[in-house]
Amino acid sequence: MPFGIYVHVPFCASRCGYCDFNTYTATELGNSVTRDTFHQVLIEEIRYARGIAGDREVDTVFFGGGTPTLLEADALNEILAVIREEFGLSEGAEVTTEANPDSVDATKLGALREGGFTRISLGMQSSAANVLRVLERTHTPGSSSAMAKAARSVGFEHVNLDLIYGTPGETDDDLRRSLDEVLDAGVDHVSAYSLIVEQGTPLARKVARGEVAEPDDDVAAGRYELVDAVLRDAGFTWYEVSNWAKPGGECRHNLAYWRNTDWWGIGPGAHSHIAGERWWNHKHPATYAEALGQGGSPAADREVLTPEQVQTESVMLGVRLAEGLPVSSIPASSRTAAAVLVGRGLLNGEALLAGRIQLTDSGRLLADGVVRELLG
Amino acid sequence: MPVQQPGATDPSVIRNFCIIAHIDHGKSTLADRMLQETGVVDPRQMRAQYLDRMDIERERGITIKSQAVRLPFVAADGVEYVLNMIDTPGHVDFTYEVSRSLAACEGAILLVDAAQGIEAQTLANLYLALENDLMIVPVLNKIDLPAAQPEKYAAELARIIGCDPSDVLLTSAKTGLGVKDVLQRVVETVPAPIGNADAPPRAMIFDSVYDTYRGVVTYVRVVDGRIGTREKVEMMSTGAIHELLEVGIISPEPIVCKGLGVGEVGYLITGVKDVRQSRVGDTITSAQKGATESLGGYADPKPMVYSGLYPIDGSDYPELRDALDKLKLNDAALVYEPETSLALGFGFRCGFLGLLHMEIVRERLEREANLDLISTAPNVIYRLIDETGNEMIVTNPSEFPNQRIAHIFEPVVKATIILPTEFVGTVMELCQQRRGTMLGMDYLSEDRVELRYTVPMAEIVFDFFDQLKSKTRGYASLDYELTGEEESDLVKVDILLHGDAVDAFSAIVHRDKAMAYGTMMTAKLKELIPRQQFEVPIQAAIGSRVITRETIRAIRKDVLAKCYGGDISRKRKLLEKQKEGKKRMKMVGRVEVPQEAFIAALSTSDAPGAKK
Repeated sequence: MPFGIYVHVPFCASRCGYCDFNTYTATELGNSVTRDTFHQVLIEEIRYARGIAGDREVDTVFFGGGTPTLLEADALNEILAVIREEFGLSEGAEVTTEANPDSVDATKLGALREGGFTRISLGMQSSAANVLRVLERTHTPGSSSAMAKAARSVGFEHVNLDLIYGTPGETDDDLRRSLDEVLDAGVDHVSAYSLIVEQGTPLARKVARGEVAEPDDDVAAGRYELVDAVLRDAGFTWYEVSNWAKPGGECRHNLAYWRNTDWWGIGPGAHSHIAGERWWNHKHPATYAEALGQGGSPAADREVLTPEQVQTESVMLGVRLAEGLPVSSIPASSRTAAAVLVGRGLLNGEALLAGRIQLTDSGRLLADGVVRELLG
Repeated sequence: MPVQQPGATDPSVIRNFCIIAHIDHGKSTLADRMLQETGVVDPRQMRAQYLDRMDIERERGITIKSQAVRLPFVAADGVEYVLNMIDTPGHVDFTYEVSRSLAACEGAILLVDAAQGIEAQTLANLYLALENDLMIVPVLNKIDLPAAQPEKYAAELARIIGCDPSDVLLTSAKTGLGVKDVLQRVVETVPAPIGNADAPPRAMIFDSVYDTYRGVVTYVRVVDGRIGTREKVEMMSTGAIHELLEVGIISPEPIVCKGLGVGEVGYLITGVKDVRQSRVGDTITSAQKGATESLGGYADPKPMVYSGLYPIDGSDYPELRDALDKLKLNDAALVYEPETSLALGFGFRCGFLGLLHMEIVRERLEREANLDLISTAPNVIYRLIDETGNEMIVTNPSEFPNQRIAHIFEPVVKATIILPTEFVGTVMELCQQRRGTMLGMDYLSEDRVELRYTVPMAEIVFDFFDQLKSKTRGYASLDYELTGEEESDLVKVDILLHGDAVDAFSAIVHRDKAMAYGTMMTAKLKELIPRQQFEVPIQAAIGSRVITRETIRAIRKDVLAKCYGGDISRKRKLLEKQKEGKKRMKMVGRVEVPQEAFIAALSTSDAPGAKK
């Protein structure tokens, strides 16, 4: 079974209005935890993890956040070096970092490539200035594709651009222009997410106050179809509900989540899943650092999954993938439901006959409903 | 100690009377004052509205069950009289019970709010009292109110009952002003009861109440002869024989006595556990050498309005059954039988005397058995005759046949509405819309009118009272009595979800109103039912003919955009929660409908509030 490591860097230069991730804009977080030295705390957990997980070569590493590239390239490279030193990286391992167009340049990208990173994921979101404003993104239109090109020029074979569609105020043409920019950048991977108004975010408050219109699901559905059509024409294939790649461009680290394999999450608030157990770390960097400093686990809580929960998760995750999951993964009592879903055009009938649960194109937008029916 | 002892009171000093009043006109307060005035209740022990026992009664300010209180009163002539005050229910649903209470009396106090004048139900009960040859004592209450208009309303009362305005007594039950004069007037004008002390005993049951500890407590008025403890008595309607375990009077706490004689009012306990074994209106005689002729006037209570009652939580069904069984012990008019609804699960089809009765039953079930209930829209009883001449009674839209029906009859009522003249136009329009036929109109005073209409009862049952109140800013009052049936062009409108009829929403309506009902229900359901993976038509149909249609568009997006490592536990928990929630989903064919949607669709067209 492949083994992945996720590294959470909980810092951002500024907070985007829609974001509910565990991230902080301050550089000093109390308890002598600072952004400049935080990579040392992360390294502490890697060494701790090595003690628990034992000998396991790492197939994928993913630096997410937050904005990992707010840390110096040296710091990021040092973390990766410790992973390599403690666990070892398997042949052809995938090492991704998320990056914000504001926080990297060609030099920094070059240094990361040098340090062993193989993949860059850039948060572009949109090329429409009005959309970026609603999202409270600070980068300028065009900077993402420029940075993607820079990444390719310093030797990154795999580059992803993230898009957000369905933002209030966005038009179909805005989205088409964003997609043009993506295609122009020459990346091999695109993630496109419909805007979710998360509770407790500034965006949610604006929606509640009526300052920003509520995103419309029907509009989002149309936009999804637009994204899919444009990317398909450009030689991309969807491999997960919100992810498209050129052949060989799939993100192996993320596939591990959907295939429900093992990974260790390093960093505040990071989740881990190993051998049927899930746990998650203390969210606040200071609390997290304190737990590690005392030599213990930084986990805030954990759960050992029951067979039924494992099944629920496998179905909920596997359905999202183009490859789907074997019919044997769904409860036996749901076989009829699967047939009914074929009848409704949401599951692929031929695949079902061949023993797999696979969404049809129209099933993708209703995947959660499909999951509910398959779980009875 | 009163001089006159129960069982040994000369009928000439007995005065049996009741109080006819509208809710909020001060009947309970006046009754309380009379208890104080005659000294049977210590002022310190006085509990506001002593005679209204049940919480619901107190809260709604209405009296559901009557009681009889014996009051010793020394009149101006120095003689101690026995005044039996028989409390009457004050609502249209309980007309039969009112009529039995009136039959136990020789006189009635007509109590009217001096700031509001007489109301329709009071008027109806007054007519009932006059038909029973009761002597009327007109009283205007609340004369201490700044808004009181005693001259105006005294003239109104005088015109209605045919007396002189100066005969109308003025009181304030709140302050006690004039209460003694009322008692004195009762002694002077209400005739003493007349009966044959030597004849076989005959006593009329005017109320029957179930008590957890004592079983059924039966309230009677003795007409002839005498009844006493340890005697065996016969219920003349059924021939059932019971032993009198206890006989007593209420003053206002129960006082056991050896017996009751001519003209006296009191209670009996026989040990029966169900009010159906001791029915209001029945005549009691002795088991041996008893009377051969009953006092007459007995009638079985007949449900007029039917509705389905369902527990919101399906697992509460056994509790609902037990609660109904218990309630039935104290409510001879309540009928019910199990019913299954596609939409609402297991419940009961219940028959009620009317809307208030329905509301009271539902509230008592919810309160006393701690149940959450949903009721289907109430309907009346229909009589159908098919083409072969067979008759069929329909109390539930689901029984309404789809094949051709030769004749359909629906119950009609005579509705009496009293209202200020300024609203006459609006109310006539409302009655017109509700298929009413005007019978007449009278001016009670310069600015108050009595309107009389024949209206199908189904129209009254369907939020008529709410409409009346809102169109007259609360100034109109309504009374109605069943007068018979009329042939009507009625149809059953079914509501279909994706082609499947939803039983709880079927309704029997006049053909001209089928479209309006269909449009209203389909629009409402479109709002309430979540979008499904496929398009769902909502149709209203008469038989196989669709008359209106709405469409719930298929859901286009039902997928969370992101699901990465940190989202998995949260998302799984959400799924588990949704799975729980799915248990509260009802399947109508392929359509998944949250039970809340059914509840919301039914409760917005709720029965008219009972507060009148």
